[in-house]
Amino acid sequence: MQKRNARPAREIVVPGDLLDDSGMDAGNNAYVLNGKVYAGVLGVRNAHNDTVGVIPLGGRYMPVTGDTVIGIIEDIGPSNWLVNINAPYPAPLHVNEVPWKVEFGDTSKYLNVGNVVMLKVLMVDESKKIQVTMKDSGLRRIEGGQLVEMPHSKVSRVIGKSGSMIQMIKNLTDCRMFVGQNGRIWIDGDENAEIAVEAVRIIEREAQSSNLTERVENFIKSRLPEKEENKGEGY
Amino acid sequence: MSEHVVSEIKRDHIMKLLKDGRREDGRGVDDIRKISIDAGCVESADGSARVKLGRTEVIAGVKIMPGTPFPDTPNSGVLTMGAELIPMAHSTFESGPPGEDAIELARVVDRGIRESGMVDVKQLCIKEGEEVWMCFVDMYALDYDGNLFDAANIAAVSALRSAVIPAEQYGRGENKPLPVTCTPVSVTSVKIGNDLILDPNFDEEMISSARLTVTTDDEGNFRAMQKGGRGSITRDELSLCLDRAVEKGKAIREIIG
Amino acid sequence: MSGQTDMVLVDKKGMRIDGRKADEHRPVHIEAGVLSNADGSAYLEIGKNKVLAAVYGPRECHPRHLQDPTKAIIQCKYNMQAFSVSDRKRPGPDRRSVEISKIIAEALEKVVLTELYPRASIDVYIEILQANAGTRCAGLTAASVALADAGIPMRDIVPAVAAGKADGHVLLDLNKEEDNFGQADVPLAIVPSTDEIVLLQMDGNMTREEFDKAIDLAFGACHEIYEKQKTALKERYAVTKEDEEDE
Repeated sequence: MQKRNARPAREIVVPGDLLDDSGMDAGNNAYVLNGKVYAGVLGVRNAHNDTVGVIPLGGRYMPVTGDTVIGIIEDIGPSNWLVNINAPYPAPLHVNEVPWKVEFGDTSKYLNVGNVVMLKVLMVDESKKIQVTMKDSGLRRIEGGQLVEMPHSKVSRVIGKSGSMIQMIKNLTDCRMFVGQNGRIWIDGDENAEIAVEAVRIIEREAQSSNLTERVENFIKSRLPEKEENKGEGY
Repeated sequence: MSEHVVSEIKRDHIMKLLKDGRREDGRGVDDIRKISIDAGCVESADGSARVKLGRTEVIAGVKIMPGTPFPDTPNSGVLTMGAELIPMAHSTFESGPPGEDAIELARVVDRGIRESGMVDVKQLCIKEGEEVWMCFVDMYALDYDGNLFDAANIAAVSALRSAVIPAEQYGRGENKPLPVTCTPVSVTSVKIGNDLILDPNFDEEMISSARLTVTTDDEGNFRAMQKGGRGSITRDELSLCLDRAVEKGKAIREIIG
Repeated sequence: MSGQTDMVLVDKKGMRIDGRKADEHRPVHIEAGVLSNADGSAYLEIGKNKVLAAVYGPRECHPRHLQDPTKAIIQCKYNMQAFSVSDRKRPGPDRRSVEISKIIAEALEKVVLTELYPRASIDVYIEILQANAGTRCAGLTAASVALADAGIPMRDIVPAVAAGKADGHVLLDLNKEEDNFGQADVPLAIVPSTDEIVLLQMDGNMTREEFDKAIDLAFGACHEIYEKQKTALKERYAVTKEDEEDE
């Protein structure tokens, strides 16, 4: 086995682990004690230039202004809906933040408990009060298809470098996909939808490993119906 | 800790798959999930078992001690069962004394075991009218992904089968295995739309309208049943549930050993 | 702590009834991420103690009146299962478990960065499956692994262990017999990076000298258990790490 020569590219750290004692700055999820930098969460050590921090491996989704998320309507009030976005706090969606003109008390005519919506995080204030909106291009209620849930920390792998992973999956499977920063992924398509769901599950399982795009691409190609491949080999 | 809301997309997807006889985890409508049993896992108990049914997990422990018999059954031991849906197992479970769901769960498991005569209570008499063995079975849901009824049944039955009467500890002679006569097994079906499926997971259970738990004995005779949920089932559906309970009960009985 | 006894718990060679030396803790086994629903979880065995810990949150705080607008609160429920002890324990909380829940929550508050989640609750559930003295320390040790496993931001991981006195000797990590027939018990939990004490109780009878010795033993053992906690968390991701090396 030549394994011992291969140095793991990612170093797993736990809270309290020493990240640096040579004078680097503390980045995300790190703190300084007596001039040394320590990890503040379970994750992967992440050093860049003079800063060292931790990329979390799990944990609850914390909304950030501008994030697009997929929410599930959990409760209805006369002038707002309460939306579960997988965060520690419920996100109220006010009637002024939907693309329809809603009369007071008419909320349930537009969105009901269990409905699924694509939203944007409008703002998160200091006390972590969240406001979301449905008034932006592309935001809407979604129906049909499937909703896949995964740790929000793995969402970036589903998207890939400048969207390369998700584009590849969409192109090969001909599915519609929407990735919420909160770890919910919506997939809709014909028979290939199952392949896209499985591809996303592979990304979730193997989020830690490299060459993921290539492997997922090979997986999808191996699962696509015969005729698709024949088309490609026509000449 | 609020009521769990199943998204419309998830509900529609489960129902769409069911139209083709398929389920989200790849099972067929009458497939049960993988069962693993760790019997005797708690040494402080007189019998115990930790059971996984898919991702649902239940632990059961048996405690046996001398006590006074009931006046109407002076030469029979006493069997008592309790269940707790502790908040460790699911975000919708709250701490506090057992609620109606936990009490129903304990009573349905109790009924199958009691009515099948699994524990030979006549052999638990120490001195008629004065002293008998009291047998407590305590069950805790540790991880809840649907169908606690069958998981708890397997855990309680496995714990009882591994139980030893701690006679030496109480100066009542030699330790001996708890006398058990058979292996009652429950099989739970739920109804989603017009489909009946076995061993529902959490999402399937949440969108189901009715539930039927059927407990059979070694001969395939029926020993306990419980219909739950606000929906209804037809005579034909009942018949299907009973057939499946006998067939799958046999398979589960073999896994229990 | 019955105090007076002629029971021999430490032999002439200084060996204890379970074969340990005075400064040895029982074998520890920790596994992280053992439950599927909880945000974080851990299973721990120390000697004959078997403990499960689960963490949910940060999530909306119920009941609402407990919300703190400046930080998350940690709510802990320590529970002994009915069959975990030799005489069946009646289900439900008693005064002992309420007290233990409180001091464990307070110990964890010191390391969790609660100020990141105002108004929220971080819920810690500890179930004792099998008890053999030292369950509060075992529960706290497991709970801090479960918190880290849940991805909750924290300064450090808290290990806990008890030291005490039995048969006239200062002993580390008392087992059930030593606890029942011994003279003193001192559960201790620390923040390893700073050696701050976050949980300390004492009952029994000890001189200053004996107490100092007990604390020394417990501090040393806490640092050893801390390494096991970290290993358990890292092992959870070891498989994916190997996949990576394979490429």
